[in-house]
Amino acid sequence: MTERSAPLFALDTARVDLLVVAGMVAPNTRVLDIGCGDGTLLRLLAEERGVDARGIELSQRGVNDCVAKGLSVIQGDADTDLIDYPDDSFDYVILSQTLQATRNPRRVLEQMLRIGRRAIVSFPNFGYWRIRGQLMFRGRMPITENLPIPWYETPNIHFCTIRDFRALVDEVDAQIERAVALDNSGAPMRVNAPWWVWNLFGEQAVFLLERQS
Amino acid sequence: MTEIDPLRAGHAAWCEADAPHSLVLRLPADQPLLMDAGVALAPLNIAYQTYGVLNADKSNAILVCHALTGDQHVANVHPLTGKPGWWETMVGPGKPVDTDRYFIICSNVVGGCLGTTGPASTNPATGQPYGLTMPMVTIRDMVRAQAMLVDHLGIDQLFCAIGGSMGGMQVLQWAATYPERVFSAIPIATAARHSSQNIAFHEVGRQAVMADPEWAAGRYFETGRLPTKGLAVARMAAHITYLSDEALHRKFGRKFQNKTAPTFSFDADFQIESYLRHQGSTFVERFDANSYLYLTRAMDYFDLAADYEGSLARAFQHTKTRFCVASFTSDWLFPTAASRSIVHALNAGGASVSFVEIETDKGHDAFLLDVPELFATTSGFLEGAARARGLKTAKGTS
Repeated sequence: MTERSAPLFALDTARVDLLVVAGMVAPNTRVLDIGCGDGTLLRLLAEERGVDARGIELSQRGVNDCVAKGLSVIQGDADTDLIDYPDDSFDYVILSQTLQATRNPRRVLEQMLRIGRRAIVSFPNFGYWRIRGQLMFRGRMPITENLPIPWYETPNIHFCTIRDFRALVDEVDAQIERAVALDNSGAPMRVNAPWWVWNLFGEQAVFLLERQS
Repeated sequence: MTEIDPLRAGHAAWCEADAPHSLVLRLPADQPLLMDAGVALAPLNIAYQTYGVLNADKSNAILVCHALTGDQHVANVHPLTGKPGWWETMVGPGKPVDTDRYFIICSNVVGGCLGTTGPASTNPATGQPYGLTMPMVTIRDMVRAQAMLVDHLGIDQLFCAIGGSMGGMQVLQWAATYPERVFSAIPIATAARHSSQNIAFHEVGRQAVMADPEWAAGRYFETGRLPTKGLAVARMAAHITYLSDEALHRKFGRKFQNKTAPTFSFDADFQIESYLRHQGSTFVERFDANSYLYLTRAMDYFDLAADYEGSLARAFQHTKTRFCVASFTSDWLFPTAASRSIVHALNAGGASVSFVEIETDKGHDAFLLDVPELFATTSGFLEGAARARGLKTAKGTS
């Protein structure tokens, strides 16, 4: 096992959210990671937390990378393929940095909470002050280190702020079990800061949701 | 069309049916194959090949299941055609199904014509080929016979069962019938049931065979004249379904064969015509017409969910087998939707499953061709499964 000796999780700061996500998952549970990319999070969960980890990924490249690592990953689309999973088949359903790229974020979130009792969602906060600043002072769609793709090429078609996301959580009858905002260094912000501070200074957010009832 | 000497062709094929150039397990009369048709077939011969070495605890065996017109000669020169094995791209030293690490088994299916009991085999009770007295064969019968072979080799659990098309059907049947005997399964370009369209194509092929007067209601072995024309037409029609429109266009387009203008005749003006005629004429040299009828029928009858109250998920409920399902974008015979429904059922049954749809314009035949993504997926999946099974990995550490 040569790959293992290499540093397994050389995450750049942009994906610190994965470590925060992983920290929300209880050991020895069943997890579905939607948009699992090259399987970094799945592997982290499987090897560090003994999780039975499954994934869905749109790109053939990503699926091949995952399968080559011995992970159970299906080529599929968050918007169309969640419907095929039975109710309550997972303890956690994870969607990291993908919600804003789905065609119907609300339906995706509802499906996640149907398939699993808990959902973990991480997303870029469009209320972050630099983003607000670019829109306000330059009058252009924002381009940041975290969101470097211009508006006409970005897959991100449904941006939201932390405040927007909280409203959606209410709409789909879920409750927030935990929430973490990450600042531009990728570090978690103070837990007792008010929501408006998170919404202004958080560059990303990670929510652990639980289905009501 | 090249003229075939039917007696010579028939002779060679029939020699393989009774005395194949491969290993043969000859089971005695008290070990019959209990067939879905309600018949106990005995004595049963199973012709097979093996590659690589079985390890001490017999945990590294991979069963390769062949497709409709395949046979046990996966990775060695074919005794009739002299061509390389049909899956040498996939199976061999350092290949995804690595003969340096795994013990590979491939047997000719029941109903086949390369040494496993089938319509071309001599029925010891009559001294004549079985012909149409051979009981109807199902995919499950093929798998039962393979299980008898695996028993004979002393193997409790296969490390993997892998196959494409009809081979993929056998892989699914293995996983459903003997879940504890298959650690991992790789069904490629296949379906859990044969579609109406697929049955229709097979029926065209069968009717072509039966419309040939030389078929003689399946008793052509009495005349020594084979229904080569009918079988060649069946093969030509089937071959079209294995390719995609793009692949045909890329390869042949509307190009003329050795000509620059049409001959205004029914000669093979176009390259595609000449290619299909060649496919038809070479096929009849190595394949028995009755066998073709039986095996296409076995595929038609395949409907795995039907055996589990119509629920495919039930066929795989609580299975511990790890699955890797693969399909090809341009395969219209076993389209991605068919693979997806297998994946849905496996998910619903809580199985560990990977699925990849591979982008290629090569059509259904892609599983037999040089498609690097398929090799990468297969070797990666097997590597992961080998780790989980505690087998030695490629670098020699466990």
